[in-house]
Amino acid sequence: MKKTTRDHLITFGLVVVVYLIVQLLIATGNMSSLMQGLLVPMCTYSIVAIGLNLCVGYLGELSIGHAGFMCVGAFSGAVVSKLLSETVTNGILLFVIALAVGTLMAALCGFLIGIPVLRLRGDYLAIVTLAFGEIIKNIINVLYIGKDSQGFHFSLSNPIEIEEEGLWLINGAKGIAKITHLSSFTIGVVLILISLFVVYNLVNSRSGRAIMAIRDNRISAESVGINITKYKLMAFTISAAIAGAGGVLYAHNLSTVTATPANFGYNMSIMILVFVVLGGIGSFRGSIIAAVLLTLLPELLRGLSDYRMLIYSIVLIAMMLFNWSPRMKDFRAAHSLKGRFGKKTAKEAE
Amino acid sequence: MKKKLVSMFLALALAASLVGCGDGNEGAGDGDTAQEGADSADDAGASEGSFKIGGIGPITGNTALYGKAVQNGAQIAVDEINAAGGINGYQISYKFEDDQNDAEKSVNAYNSLKDWGMQLLMGTVTTTPCVAVAPETANDNMYLLTPSASSTDVIEADNAFQVCFTDPNQGKASAEYIAEKKLATKVAIIYNSSSVYSSGIEASFKKEAETRGLEIVADEAFTDDSSTDFSTQLQKAQSAGAELVFLPFYYTEASIVLTQADTMGYDPIFFGVDGMDGILGVENFNTELAEGVMLLTPFAADSDDEMTKAFVAKYQEKYNEIPIQFAADAYDAIYIMKAALEKAGATPDMSASDICDAMKVAMTEISCTGLTSAGSEMTWEANGEVSKAPMAVVIKDGVYVAAE
Repeated sequence: MKKTTRDHLITFGLVVVVYLIVQLLIATGNMSSLMQGLLVPMCTYSIVAIGLNLCVGYLGELSIGHAGFMCVGAFSGAVVSKLLSETVTNGILLFVIALAVGTLMAALCGFLIGIPVLRLRGDYLAIVTLAFGEIIKNIINVLYIGKDSQGFHFSLSNPIEIEEEGLWLINGAKGIAKITHLSSFTIGVVLILISLFVVYNLVNSRSGRAIMAIRDNRISAESVGINITKYKLMAFTISAAIAGAGGVLYAHNLSTVTATPANFGYNMSIMILVFVVLGGIGSFRGSIIAAVLLTLLPELLRGLSDYRMLIYSIVLIAMMLFNWSPRMKDFRAAHSLKGRFGKKTAKEAE
Repeated sequence: MKKKLVSMFLALALAASLVGCGDGNEGAGDGDTAQEGADSADDAGASEGSFKIGGIGPITGNTALYGKAVQNGAQIAVDEINAAGGINGYQISYKFEDDQNDAEKSVNAYNSLKDWGMQLLMGTVTTTPCVAVAPETANDNMYLLTPSASSTDVIEADNAFQVCFTDPNQGKASAEYIAEKKLATKVAIIYNSSSVYSSGIEASFKKEAETRGLEIVADEAFTDDSSTDFSTQLQKAQSAGAELVFLPFYYTEASIVLTQADTMGYDPIFFGVDGMDGILGVENFNTELAEGVMLLTPFAADSDDEMTKAFVAKYQEKYNEIPIQFAADAYDAIYIMKAALEKAGATPDMSASDICDAMKVAMTEISCTGLTSAGSEMTWEANGEVSKAPMAVVIKDGVYVAAE
């Protein structure tokens, strides 16, 4: 078996094993409601982190606007499921439709934003993605969509009047209320597996190698005839689409979504970037583990009440240092289990 | 290979934490209970059987002020009740969780309170998180009494009740008051379009104003991102000739509006709602500017009835600040729960769902006089809406005076 294939199978296996353990814990009643409530958010953030890792790790472009794509996915998915909730009664089918629409809308946004943004490089690109993320959030905050017997009503900026029995789809800054609860841990895990399947296949395909060639050396990639714009857009769009899928999952886990700075602002984008960096740029498995750990952490610290957010930041710093400081890397290499049991594998390590 | 080992280790650590944390949380919960139990007279009674009341609200982040006030106000009520012998002879255990005014975190907080064994929920403080938590409580059939989440979406299910007025009621009452007292005919509105609270009041105020023959000459919005400069909105109100400016939002922004209106030399009647309460306590704000401001509020800290006086004194002694309306709402909420629990004859060994069923009936049968009911009695319909008399006050010489 090829080394990469084995590596991928380990990641898939880990997800499935964790899923089975969790199901076992729930079935035997050993899991607290807090943990059960956290399962879907953990899946959501894992998926978005996988999406961003494709952009940061393989395309090599730092995007700090991924919360914006998540936002597009969340709102378009929720609008669709709200509209169809009367006609489509099967929950799974309704979710799949919402997921498809949310993902496509996020992909479309990623594509459109990618056209101007990907002409930039490095810091400039990061700043422009940040701006686009904020623009998306702000547009949704002034967007009013309602439906009544007269048909659909749209408005930007001015609140509109709809009939009493009318249905508000997006009510400006109040966002969307009364969304059907469709997300479940099983759906989340399936989505993680699908996203992993997509990204692993992409990075190991011809296109994936082209994307990495652009990341490593743009000029030489261009010189061998790789269409830079095409591959960059491809990676960015897929990355946005995966983030959008995460958004759909997010929206259907809560009965209300609002585009506040806390959940779709740049804080969230940076949080997702933290998952990616902590888990290891280019390592999808690492992204999932980091996303899960960092979603758990603040909730596990609830016992500390007033010191919770303080301790959280300190633990975050400690984790970053432990994982990525050169000293700690040396320390870990010297004391790792691998160093004791298998000398021969040391060379394969990196 | 090394990477693999590290990730295996992390996965193991994760699995371990999944198992471990259930117990860990319970441990933390017990710690809190013990702490509160120690305050009360009968320690053994508290551990044998006590009503577990949970609270949720933002105690970190930019709305922390409201969450803190609710946390403290409820704590005072809990201490009083425990010292006086509890509810039906049982003590109260009270635990408050932070939600940072975020829907997702609020649901997490709710779940963690459930692990603690919560039987009654006093929360959540802010509206958006409450809209997310309310369906969860409806699923679990958990009794919910929110002190201050005022949207009608909150009380959609039959297990949810409110202490505060709903947004539509506040807007309606304000318009009625202005029209009946003939305060003005030309009215301008400035409101926060990014707040469910503010835009909810604005919508119902506008509707009622039209039927009452008030002319709305300017209807200007701002958002949380642009809540530091109101000169454009004030300019429009002034040039439209508004005699009264309606300000349905919180006091921090209102203090800026008043300061800027003063700089412009614009001096209409300013009319606020309950969120305006607290304006006299804003730091670096010249309270002379608030002279003549009218507001519809259920609670005024310097009102001179015995109950308010005692509450304010206790609050000041314990937390060293003047309580705002949120604290009073929370204080009332705990006493309302007490009244309903006594009416229902509930005991702590009942499950949360049984208590909720009993409370649904009891809530419609009780009537309470509290800090926020202006001397009248509060009663509830089955839909969860409170009915109580609104109170208008006007600021004169730096204190609230009941408006005629």
